[in-house]
Amino acid sequence: MTLPPIEDIQAQIVAGVPGSRVTVLPNGSPSAQHSLLLDHEHARAVAEFLRNDPNLRLDYCSLVTGVDWPDTETTEKVKVKKLVAGPDGSEQEQEVEETRKTKVPGYLEAVYHLFSMEKKHGPVVLRMRTANRTDGTHLPSLTAVWRSAEFQEREAFDLYGIIFDGHPDLRRILMWDGFVDHPMRKDYVPPADDILVTGVNP
Amino acid sequence: MSGHVADLEPIVGPGDNGLGDIMEVSMGPHHPSTHGVFRMDVRLEGERVVRLKPVFGYLHRNHEKIAENGAYLSAIPYTDRLDYLCSMTNNWGYVLAVEKLAGIQVPERAEYIRVIVSELTRFQNHAGLVGFLLQDMGASGTPLMYAFREREKILDLFESLSGARMMCNYMRFGGLRVDASAAWLEEVRQVIAGLPRFIDEYEKLLRGNEILMARTQGVGVLPRELAINAGVTGPMLRASGVNYDVRKVDKYGIYDRFHFRVPLGEHGDVYDRYMMRVLEMRESLTILEQALRDIPAGPIIDPKTRLRGLRPKAGEAYGRIESPKGELGFFLISDGSTNPYRYRVRPPSMINLTILEDMCLGENIADTVIILGSVDIVLGEVDR
Repeated sequence: MTLPPIEDIQAQIVAGVPGSRVTVLPNGSPSAQHSLLLDHEHARAVAEFLRNDPNLRLDYCSLVTGVDWPDTETTEKVKVKKLVAGPDGSEQEQEVEETRKTKVPGYLEAVYHLFSMEKKHGPVVLRMRTANRTDGTHLPSLTAVWRSAEFQEREAFDLYGIIFDGHPDLRRILMWDGFVDHPMRKDYVPPADDILVTGVNP
Repeated sequence: MSGHVADLEPIVGPGDNGLGDIMEVSMGPHHPSTHGVFRMDVRLEGERVVRLKPVFGYLHRNHEKIAENGAYLSAIPYTDRLDYLCSMTNNWGYVLAVEKLAGIQVPERAEYIRVIVSELTRFQNHAGLVGFLLQDMGASGTPLMYAFREREKILDLFESLSGARMMCNYMRFGGLRVDASAAWLEEVRQVIAGLPRFIDEYEKLLRGNEILMARTQGVGVLPRELAINAGVTGPMLRASGVNYDVRKVDKYGIYDRFHFRVPLGEHGDVYDRYMMRVLEMRESLTILEQALRDIPAGPIIDPKTRLRGLRPKAGEAYGRIESPKGELGFFLISDGSTNPYRYRVRPPSMINLTILEDMCLGENIADTVIILGSVDIVLGEVDR
């Protein structure tokens, strides 16, 4: 069994779940596993649709994980016309090169890899993105649709700080209770006392 | 590692349900039955389990971060330490994902040797598992030592091939690190010729054993629908009657060239899970015989393959194999640099733990030990 092309799946979702916004994200590697970006509001409905649709039957959610995309800064050089004081004191219009920095806000991403045990096809890759990396890290949980997401969403919460709304038991899973940060983030810095030096008295 | 007793809702006092006290037992982290450092927060009503929460993370070392901080090649030795009983299949899962990401081809001989070492790995994993499971049931010593006697022969083969018994670090993207000599292949033939006798002996000893059947049949039942929904894979899934084996579904490597059957259970209880392993060992032997018969001469890696400084172009790939424990997958995102931007392991034995509570509810406390044993976990992989 082979899956229909990703654009067809996108069209099926949009037809099956009215109002949902689904974007195809192409993948440049030879694996050609393209993914679908879902909006938060309809993610749960889309997941249920994909699981229950008789042709797709994506009944098996294999892998759930987080990805961190930090804030990036793009610099571009722009030529601007400006009034500059000339050598004789009068102001002249002149072309000046200016560097402009634009901040692209980062986000956290949850990735779901779906397969079908019934139809024996896959993968279909779903993605959801948070608003930012600080105070808007909420995403809808898909554990109610696929139980296999339970521990893996907990792990993404633990290591990336993605808060899955609607998760039945969102606690840290690998790190200990008192731990505060999220160590898989790209900007994580381990505390200085993380390294033990043996043979040296404090 | 969250989930201390204090987090949970208060215990119902005695007399509230007319059945007596509810008792909280913390099984582990150091308990012979937990196969490593693993803890179960169990709540008991008499001897019946009414709640069970697995607690792990004691061996967590942030394997994924370590791999993201190194080059693609340098992650291979770390994958050995995931499921430290099955380093060969861990290697294969990872190199398969890199090959998908970068579009690397593998020579035929390398594919055959990969199948040979992986099926040997499956055999020794399953032999160890049935030994430990019987140990958990109280059959102290004998079955485990019989299993370890055979496992030893396979580890000796790995040692003479790769230089290490358990941390083999043998595969590379695009092929293998060293070739197998004709003498080594002959040695494999000799070893596997003796293995059917071991399984026969084992089955004769235990298959109809009354204690084994009483302890395992109808215990820890995992329904088919729940198994699929919870992403359970490997022998555990097939014991619940779902025909899903990545070797058959994806036909990765050259698995479409071999004739082998996929054993399926009917009841999804501990006995079926035990029998899946025994039957899979026999199927592994048929694959090994075919692979040893057909293996061609030729290169084991394309010398032009870049191992150091591999820079796959930006993109991502998910590669998966059927490891002895279930579907072992690696998800890689490349940003075009020498290090993976995102490196993620899909650990089968951690995901198979999702439904541990469902299987244990209503069972006796003594049965949780064998239910956990039948899941087949290795904490190096669960905690990463």
